[in-house]
Amino acid sequence: MSRRIVHAACALLALGGGMATAIAGPAGHAASPAANQIEIRNFMFTPKTLTVPVGAKVTWINRDEEPHTVVSANGQFAPSRALDSNDRYETRFSKPGTYTYYCTVHPFMTGTVVVK
Amino acid sequence: MQDKHDNEHDGGGAGRRDFLKCMAWAGAGTLLMMKGGVLHARTLGATAGAEAKDATFSFAQVSDSHIGFHLAPNPDPASTLRAALAQVDALPVRPDFLLHTGDLTHLSRPDQFAAVAGIMQESRAGKGKVFYVPGEHDVIGDQGAEFFRRFGERQQPGGWYSFDHRGVHFVGLVNVLGLKAGGLGFLGAEQLAWLKKDLAPLSAETPVLVFAHMPMWSLYPAWGWGTDDSLEAMGYLRRFGSVSVLNGHIHQIQQKVEGNITFHTARSTAYPQPAPGQGPAPGPLKGVTPDRLRSYLGIRSVRHVQGRDALAVTEEAMA
Ligand SMILES: [Cu+2]
Repeated sequence: MSRRIVHAACALLALGGGMATAIAGPAGHAASPAANQIEIRNFMFTPKTLTVPVGAKVTWINRDEEPHTVVSANGQFAPSRALDSNDRYETRFSKPGTYTYYCTVHPFMTGTVVVK
Repeated sequence: MQDKHDNEHDGGGAGRRDFLKCMAWAGAGTLLMMKGGVLHARTLGATAGAEAKDATFSFAQVSDSHIGFHLAPNPDPASTLRAALAQVDALPVRPDFLLHTGDLTHLSRPDQFAAVAGIMQESRAGKGKVFYVPGEHDVIGDQGAEFFRRFGERQQPGGWYSFDHRGVHFVGLVNVLGLKAGGLGFLGAEQLAWLKKDLAPLSAETPVLVFAHMPMWSLYPAWGWGTDDSLEAMGYLRRFGSVSVLNGHIHQIQQKVEGNITFHTARSTAYPQPAPGQGPAPGPLKGVTPDRLRSYLGIRSVRHVQGRDALAVTEEAMA
């Protein structure tokens, strides 16, 4: 499964598409150019704080066997649905600010996106 | 052996330490007798059968069936839920009803709720009266709308409820909604006010049984195993001579005694989770091999013995 994703990503890179940044390899390929990405692993958002420029699209990927959600603590952006294993959620941040979010299934899991 | 335990427990102050010793071997095939909030552990044997005949009534508990989960160590939680219900149906004394303490589904999807309803209908216990409370996996995205539509008691707008059964007062609480960022399980002011009112007319001798999904004590907050405002609920329950609190959520048996209040978490019917703090996260124990899986799963039966002021809690592993 993860091998297939790598192949897909490589194929896109070979095509030279700017789209490739949206398709991340599994962990271990963390040095990929998909910088605006937050991994959910072991019930943690990593990185816990992510700083992005205005207009950036941020992608969360659930690497756990447990479902998680990505929900703004005060309704500043649209909530994700339940993310099953390897599901992803994307949202674009068009205004500067500090966005605190959490997983409503496991509310002890919190993270922050700083947009500037 | 069993007399020795009874005598030690009657001694008062020493009871707590003995209880902890007993807990070391409490598990499958062990009977936990509760008297005035103190558990008495004894192994199951001929005497257990005799007690079963006296019992005024019994009920059973299943928990955390996680229908929709599809990974190691259990790609087929439907079959293990069926096995758990078969265990309930095989109990020597037919339970008056069944409690399901939440996480019926893995992802709150309507097809998963439908699958649960279908599986329940395949067993005698599941076709009978079942009281459900939601887990956090049952309320994702819709605040529990689909859960309450299918499985709710429709007694209070918030989904919590109470009922009396042969002298025991049962309270089903919802502690998985309105969770705050950085927080644990949550009851909320409205539910607590209702609970206070609900308990007010009861005499202190009334045995009270509370059930909810998340642990109602601070079991392991770093993994979210607790309920933020459970202390307030315990404040209303403390005056009763015998209070039992049954929870799920952590997919393993843990117990605690606080005065007259005894807490029990239950096994899952789907997959085990690590002991508190053992490992990086509270996810499924995916290294459990198929031949060992069912030894981690199971059901609980509880007998109320009239005239003895006692609830007998029996844990039964699936294999
Ligand atoms: Cu989560």
